[in-house]
Amino acid sequence: MNDTAIDEAPVTAVPSGPSREAVRTPWSEFWRKFRRQKVALVAGAFVALLVVIAVLGPWIVPYDAENYFDYDQLNARPSPQHWFGVDALGRDIFSRIVMGARISLAAGFVSVAVGAIIGTFLGLLAGYFEGWWDRVIMRICDVLFAFPGILLAIAIVAILGGGMFNVIVAVAIFSIPTFARLVRGNTLALKHLTYIEAARSLGASDATIISRHIFPGTISAVIVYFSLRIGTSIITAASLSFLGLGAQPPTPEWGAMLDAARADMLTAPHEAIFPALAIFLTVLAFNLLGDGLRDALDPKIERR
Amino acid sequence: MLQYIVKRLLGLLPTLLIVAFLVFMLVHLLPGDPARLAAGQDATPETVELVRQDLGLDKSLAQQFVRFMTGVAHWDFGRSLRTKRPVSTEISERFMPTFWLTLWSMAWSVLFGMAIGIVSAVYRNRWPDRVGMTLAVSGISFPAFALGMVLMQVFAVQLNWLPTVGDDTWRHYILPSITLGAAVAAIMARFTRSSFVDILGEDYIRTARAKGLDERRVVIKHGLRNALIPVVTMMGLQFGFLLGGSIVVEKVFNWPGLGRLLVDAVDMRDYPVIQALVLLFSLEFILINLVVDVLYGLINPTIRYR
Repeated sequence: MNDTAIDEAPVTAVPSGPSREAVRTPWSEFWRKFRRQKVALVAGAFVALLVVIAVLGPWIVPYDAENYFDYDQLNARPSPQHWFGVDALGRDIFSRIVMGARISLAAGFVSVAVGAIIGTFLGLLAGYFEGWWDRVIMRICDVLFAFPGILLAIAIVAILGGGMFNVIVAVAIFSIPTFARLVRGNTLALKHLTYIEAARSLGASDATIISRHIFPGTISAVIVYFSLRIGTSIITAASLSFLGLGAQPPTPEWGAMLDAARADMLTAPHEAIFPALAIFLTVLAFNLLGDGLRDALDPKIERR
Repeated sequence: MLQYIVKRLLGLLPTLLIVAFLVFMLVHLLPGDPARLAAGQDATPETVELVRQDLGLDKSLAQQFVRFMTGVAHWDFGRSLRTKRPVSTEISERFMPTFWLTLWSMAWSVLFGMAIGIVSAVYRNRWPDRVGMTLAVSGISFPAFALGMVLMQVFAVQLNWLPTVGDDTWRHYILPSITLGAAVAAIMARFTRSSFVDILGEDYIRTARAKGLDERRVVIKHGLRNALIPVVTMMGLQFGFLLGGSIVVEKVFNWPGLGRLLVDAVDMRDYPVIQALVLLFSLEFILINLVVDVLYGLINPTIRYR
């Protein structure tokens, strides 16, 4: 991706051709708008850093997150030896936060990815074929939307049982209707446009029209929602763990860590502060990134 | 108008039926034998058989569903496996604390959120906007349970201004409703701002200004009503968020409400309680959305009911 080079090209020289401007690909357009959003750039960098930390987690933690116990320093405050302090069982909080990043990012990313893929597929079908498909799919969405907020995830966990894997399944199902509705709306708007008509008159099959001509038109909306939903999903997964329905001890999940810290809030507030900050900063980064993506990708928005 | 409401209510019936069916199926989707679950771990096979007949679990699925729906219509959800008391009693005892908590949260968060949104839109890209929107994006990123813990620690434990847990007086409501409403206030602020920014660019706002009206009048009289239309819709959706969020907040503040009842029930696999609560929460949400739709029509005269 050499968007920067393309972007700076018009000043130097474009020898000939119909336009003085460089070739404007969707990517270069996106980058041109996105890089003006300083906050979103920082948020994006932070997300990238988090991903690196999550991937390298096991190799960069100073102590084992689950099986290292320092019995001499129970509830110890942050120190050079334990950057974020020690929890009530003698475990190193920094190591647990780092390993928790793996869990939260994986939970957020996987659940939203599954939800987005299924939801986008259903939305394309519903919007393109309308009629029977549309009615059935939208009815399913109505039903899923009839469960307020986190309740659907709790009901699913009630059936499947606790544990992080089931939480991911629950949050994925919880994300499907949002994407299905979004993509259906976009598909309905796109499919009556002339270029779709043209593709059809050239004999393109429904599958080709959907995958080559309509799907790319919906992708920018999906990307924006994707980023914003990851924030929501991380909070939802952490909430379920906080309620005791998600990750079980000794898993270093941030929500579960906060729940465990409640008993020692008065004497050892650092046990709550660090996981709370970790969730907050991670979700904030995804939300700011999502806002920036929306401003860069939505042609209707012309701000600033 | 009345015709419209009736029509909408009828339109809700299929969704409600499917929701009820899913809730009914919950028992059959649970791993393990529901009769054994109800009879308890140490029950003899004979007892399990008796419980099975008593609960009607030996009948066909269709018969069971009819039985379940008849029960629901009579506000009878069976007995809690944990306390052996009727589920309807358990729920009615816990209903009001949750109801008031969500209502207070909604009230303050809508007022506060809209105020921030309007100020941000009017002072777009200047410091009040930046402060407001920073608060708002933080609000949607800070998980409610963490916020609740912070507020409790600071205002109840350290400063000792407010009580920590329970729901005895109005002062008990302050911290939980702030906690529960924060995210909604943030979403309302963001939404109101963008809705207001659009409205303030409309021709009739320019006309109002050109007439020489002072800015406050332009904003309140000409802007507010029109900007409210999408905001009211958003409010309905946020109610679902509050109902769900109350489950988490009730744990933090040890609130004697439905949310905690649900979490305990899931923990103990007390499925009659889970069924009743899931059904109740969704019913509440669906009805609130209906109310919002009607309100929407009241403030937007361009909508005609067919």
